[in-house]
Amino acid sequence: MAKFTKANSVGEWLDQRLNTTTLNKVLMTEYWIPKDINFLWAMGVLLATTFGILVISGIFLMMYYKPDVNLAFDSVNYTIMQEVAYGWLFRHMHGVAASVVFLIIYIHMFTGIYYGSYKQGREMIWISGMLLFVVFSAAGFSGYMLPWGQMSYWAAMVITNLFGGIPFIGPDLVVWIRGDFNVADATLTRFFMLHVFLLPIVIMALIAFHFYTLRIPHVNNQDSEELDFDAEAEKYLSGNKKESKVIPFWPIFISKDLAVLGIFLLFYFYLVFFHYEFAMDPVNFDPADNMATPPHIYPEWYFLWSYEVLRGFFFDIGPMKAFDIGLAAFGFANAIFLFLPFLDRDTKILPAHKRPGFFVWFWILMADLIVLTIWGKLPPTGANAWVGFVAATLFIVLFILLPVISKIDAKKRGE
Amino acid sequence: MRELKILVVVVALTLITYWGVEPFAHSQMHPHVDPANYDFAQADKVTAKEQVEEKKVALEEAEAKAKETGDEKVTHIPKSEYNEAVKFQKTIDDFWASNKEALALTGNATNGATLVQSNCTACHSIKKEGFPPVMDDASSAAAYGVVPPDLSTAGKLYSKEYLVGFIKEPTLASKVSHKFVDGRVHPMPSYSWMQPQEIADMVAYLQSIAPDKMTDKEVFQNACQRCHSIKYGDMKGGSMAAHTPEASIKAYMGKVPPDLSQYIRSRGAQYLHEFINDPQKHLEGTAMPRVGLTKESEVKVISYLEKVGDSKKEQREELGPKFLIYLVIFAIFAWLWKASRWRDVH
Repeated sequence: MAKFTKANSVGEWLDQRLNTTTLNKVLMTEYWIPKDINFLWAMGVLLATTFGILVISGIFLMMYYKPDVNLAFDSVNYTIMQEVAYGWLFRHMHGVAASVVFLIIYIHMFTGIYYGSYKQGREMIWISGMLLFVVFSAAGFSGYMLPWGQMSYWAAMVITNLFGGIPFIGPDLVVWIRGDFNVADATLTRFFMLHVFLLPIVIMALIAFHFYTLRIPHVNNQDSEELDFDAEAEKYLSGNKKESKVIPFWPIFISKDLAVLGIFLLFYFYLVFFHYEFAMDPVNFDPADNMATPPHIYPEWYFLWSYEVLRGFFFDIGPMKAFDIGLAAFGFANAIFLFLPFLDRDTKILPAHKRPGFFVWFWILMADLIVLTIWGKLPPTGANAWVGFVAATLFIVLFILLPVISKIDAKKRGE
Repeated sequence: MRELKILVVVVALTLITYWGVEPFAHSQMHPHVDPANYDFAQADKVTAKEQVEEKKVALEEAEAKAKETGDEKVTHIPKSEYNEAVKFQKTIDDFWASNKEALALTGNATNGATLVQSNCTACHSIKKEGFPPVMDDASSAAAYGVVPPDLSTAGKLYSKEYLVGFIKEPTLASKVSHKFVDGRVHPMPSYSWMQPQEIADMVAYLQSIAPDKMTDKEVFQNACQRCHSIKYGDMKGGSMAAHTPEASIKAYMGKVPPDLSQYIRSRGAQYLHEFINDPQKHLEGTAMPRVGLTKESEVKVISYLEKVGDSKKEQREELGPKFLIYLVIFAIFAWLWKASRWRDVH
């Protein structure tokens, strides 16, 4: 056992036992971040904060929510919204954060793509981040079902039905996921468990892993410059703060994060109080009715792009059924981002504006995703169906072309 | 400067996406309808004319297709629909024109009292004047399909124009004539055989007994609650359940009319405003009658729906600005702290 002497303060007492001084250095005051970053690098802290809001507001909602098909709708819309003191505030905070968290995830993700932060040495950061995205999506979907409104019910019906398209095991898989032959009480109860227990725990573990993946390759920077972190940290510690290209996480980097967070929270609470309906589909204020299909079924905005890839292939091609092609394309769309580090064949890490071909690719992808998102909500009839088809095809083609485009960029630079 | 440029790009992309999935998609899924109009004679003239024009276009399209393919059959349905629309336009225009005489007359409430009490109280209660309901709700719903309204407040809820029209021809005034065909008859018979003066007298009587003021809840109870429940209006007491039992109303309307507790959230004030004024505009062919509320009464119904469905609105609007002021202060201090920290490293 280590030698313990009488401590003069609580801090010292803890330090003797937990080595808090070293921990603090490793995690905070000597965790080095490049100085050359912009506000887009604050998205991590925004996400951590938003996730914190979701957990805390979720705990309060859970105290009054009833995961039972006969009680769920009223427990949300009457008990929480009208009877519980400030229940409406927690619900709106939860609902709006659930939507806003995806906006920030997308900004975070496309920042990574733009600056090449998924490349050589940072693959695990990217992959753990994409896993987080997948689990967040599952959490979003399972949570959307809980109020047991019309859209909750029918979205659950449509999405669980998709699994039926998987060869051989599809129909059995659907029954297994639902826990019943139909979307019913068993489905609601298990989605409740997933949403409030299993998925949050997985998310927390993945967040810890995502942080850990940063430790060795370090955070990228605006010019994708390769820094010698040890040498730069040396400069900083010796007092050469202006010359050093790195800054400590605490208090320099976090001060910028908090400044950005201040603006973000203004935007977020403006939505919570004055524009919460954008995150709450009006159709979901009709109680679930398995006898009446809503005229249009669509997911929340953050799933629309992949939903449109699914719907885009609306006609049979040769022996392949439209549904199967759509399902395959949907699977492709949801998995392909995971492989981005290996599809990008450029040998160097550079921001998009220094890679002409990739720069064009990036903005076409952004435009295509916005088109898919918007058309994912429109009724898939007439010209809309064709816009969806072209945009979905373009999405797939973009990823097939990426290895070629990124290689050409490298060649042009003479590599 | 570069950060500002990035911010502009991020905000612009976010706004384009927002615009696409909210206002734009909404406009595509919910076609625009004519604004609410409380002059029902005028409103019906316009909607009947629009129907004729719509069916005419459909017919012309079918005729063009028939010419192309040589298949005359495709014109049969559009043609009969067009003829129906033309016929209905004449019916409805004649109907409102025929009400003008009664409307121009000054009614005699005393004479109206005798007429109403001898013609209406066999089915309708007028509690205020000492005429209790003849049967309990379940029995009268079984007899008529729906519980007949108490007439104590009719003179307040409805305009003179509507009352005259409704007494003469209930199905036309309430825009449900499409439902009462093939031998089905509206539970309230037409009183078009009465003299215009008699109708004017009855309306004068109903107006003379009507209360001066009604609360939002009273208007809802009198205008909507015979068919619609509003569970959250009295969640634990259960007093806001529809008067007509579910089985009767389902047989009468074709389906159980929805509970209105969350309609202020699921439909919004603007839609409700247009819908109550004329249900056919948003839901063509619906069994819900045009209840005929005046603008004043309709505003009260929507206000009641809001009180029940969005009861914390006031608290929300009161707390919101305080939250934002606190956050502005937080943001200012955060930026000042950031500036002080980064001074050393730049």
